[in-house]
Amino acid sequence: MKTYLLPSIKLTLILIVLLAGIYPLAIAGIGKFTPGKGDGETISYKGRVVGYANIGQKFTKDEYFWGRPSAVDYNAAGSGGSNKGPSNPDYLKQVEGRIEDFMKHNPGVTRSQIPVELVTASGSGLDPDLSPAGAKVQVARVAKVRGLPVDAVNKLVDEHTEQPLLGLFGPAKVNVLKLNVALDGLKK
Amino acid sequence: MNTELTGVIFTYLLTLALAIPLGRYIAKVFKGEKTWLDFLAPLDRFIFRFSGIDTKREMNWKQHLLALLTINSVWLIYAFVCLMAQGHLPLNPDANPGQSADTAFNTAISFLVNCNLQHYSGESGATYFTQHFVFMFLHFVSAATGIAALVVVFRAMKDKVTDKLGNFWEYFVKSITRVLLPISFVIAVIFAFNGMTTSYAGKDTFISMQGDTVHVSRGPVAPLVAIKHLGTNGGGWFGANSAHPIENPNYLTNTVELVAQCVIPIALVFALGFYLNKKKFAYVIFGVMTLGMLMLLIPTMNAELHGNPAIAKMGISQPNGAMEGKEVRFGPANSAYWSIMTTIISTGSVNSMHDSAMPVSGTMMLLGMMVNCFYGGCGVGILNFYIFIIVAVFISGLMVGRTPEFLGRKIEAREMKIASLIALLHPFIILVGLAISSYFLVNVAGADWAVKPSAWLNNPGTHGFSEMLYEYTSSAANNGSGFEGLGDGNIFWNYTTGIVMILGRFLPIIGPLAIAGLLANKKYIPESAGTLKSDTSTFGLMIFAVIVIIAALSFFPSLALGPIAEHFSLK
Repeated sequence: MKTYLLPSIKLTLILIVLLAGIYPLAIAGIGKFTPGKGDGETISYKGRVVGYANIGQKFTKDEYFWGRPSAVDYNAAGSGGSNKGPSNPDYLKQVEGRIEDFMKHNPGVTRSQIPVELVTASGSGLDPDLSPAGAKVQVARVAKVRGLPVDAVNKLVDEHTEQPLLGLFGPAKVNVLKLNVALDGLKK
Repeated sequence: MNTELTGVIFTYLLTLALAIPLGRYIAKVFKGEKTWLDFLAPLDRFIFRFSGIDTKREMNWKQHLLALLTINSVWLIYAFVCLMAQGHLPLNPDANPGQSADTAFNTAISFLVNCNLQHYSGESGATYFTQHFVFMFLHFVSAATGIAALVVVFRAMKDKVTDKLGNFWEYFVKSITRVLLPISFVIAVIFAFNGMTTSYAGKDTFISMQGDTVHVSRGPVAPLVAIKHLGTNGGGWFGANSAHPIENPNYLTNTVELVAQCVIPIALVFALGFYLNKKKFAYVIFGVMTLGMLMLLIPTMNAELHGNPAIAKMGISQPNGAMEGKEVRFGPANSAYWSIMTTIISTGSVNSMHDSAMPVSGTMMLLGMMVNCFYGGCGVGILNFYIFIIVAVFISGLMVGRTPEFLGRKIEAREMKIASLIALLHPFIILVGLAISSYFLVNVAGADWAVKPSAWLNNPGTHGFSEMLYEYTSSAANNGSGFEGLGDGNIFWNYTTGIVMILGRFLPIIGPLAIAGLLANKKYIPESAGTLKSDTSTFGLMIFAVIVIIAALSFFPSLALGPIAEHFSLK
């Protein structure tokens, strides 16, 4: 073992410099030229940073589009899912509660119109997106609370719907934060 | 066909399209032929000179193992010390504390063995120093260890009778400088331009639209996530792993992460064909592995796309499938594909929470890790497969009544003993662990640990049982994903899974290396009419049958008590 110990230690040292030092520093250097300068892309409204483009935040007021339920209450200094199994009775009760709450805030919406992502928690607890249907089902409520025409809000959702990658791969989605920022801008 | 399905098919085809040329390239690197990355040769020479290594000194299989185990021991001690001391080390902008001894024991082993079971959360349980100088460093070197061990076996399978099998250090260093590092670099740049953070700035704070104060964990994530997938490691920066919107911001990064984790394991199968000049043999192996992959993938996709029947009963529409624990930007189809690829290949990173998947999917993920060689981890996947080949050759030999031979070498009692032991080790450590944890859960429920046994399970009944089964299966397979509801942050889980991980890593490397080394020393018997041909589909089916009997059936009772029972209870 002795024949191998010294080369092992030296090799470890030099590889630490290369792999944990030089490599990430080079990437950090290149990261300076990216849109968020490597710090993450932020969204501003009226000159104030109101969030990160990729990180979902809590929306509970009726005047905003709600995002998905979060197991970590949108705490972006942590992350995680509910890890509830599909047959867990307590979990199913919780989902039923979310459905009833959603219907109370959105009168006129039937159960079959509620897409499942609005009553289930995301994997990260920070999911920034909804499906287009998940946004559309809230349009009536948002328009009514804000006194806006339904058509105008519908159009806003369409404008903020991001198509699948190259139009071919993956789901379409709506970024809830960007949509709500645009919504606040609409009022003025 | 909807865009979620085309996305999955595109991702797999892209993986294959890249794996074939990569396989040819890897074979060239280890044969010592010219490649277009030869301008890096001075870097290799510098590393060898600094370390005092003479790559011309060839090693036999025992010397290879000795070198491998020595350097791994060095890393284990290094990682353990750093994790305990991280609170006092630099690069800790969020002022996170050091890990406790049992957590550091578990974490150090976990990253050393390419498992990356994480009993801490990256946001609070690690620092930028340990993320890079321990985790990312081990991401590279543990993957390179697996590849280097496999190259020794490749070399031993050649038809020359010898005990000289090349130089371990050369295989190991070239795995990093010629394969892992250059590709990781390209991937990390793609990530950086797609919203993954790269800077060393600590947590940020902002006031949200509704007026909440929000703290956001960040960090130099992109370089780690690149090698985390390319090296089939899976240990992520954040607690939510690749479901986290910084660690996997969009569908493009998701596709790159998926391709990156599958490409080397598949490329190594083709590399075997190019290296030994036995392409048909490589196709047979690839065929068996792909057949196995599809048999696990299709039921999973089916279950996830149909959604949760219990939620359907509430009248909610699940247009694209189940969404608990999944992210909108990936969708259920892609999450299902990821969950199978990450479990058959030993990555263990997740883009959805496996604990919330349908019971059929859970069964398939568990089976993927129980077999652990449908493609499999970097290098070690084929080493696991090699054991099944040896067993299949032996059984076929018995069936036709002649001495079993594999690639011109007789397989005799000694090799068979090693192969059987390794094949049975996997079910043994998983099921023993499961039995012990079940015993503690029932009989020592109130033990005064960080998480009491009575509070271990996040779900009642059969699903809770599956959480424990998954934890040991993932540890033994060096996978690292989890049914994360399990309260595993305590002494019991840290030590037991730590031991399972280390056994599940090194014995399955030692076994195949020993067999290959012993065989390489035996007389070479040229192929004759009586030789069992290893490059036919009949032999492929034989291997498949052996895998089903040994790996899958030994777990059937435990699967029946866990996810299968849950499936039938879910109406």
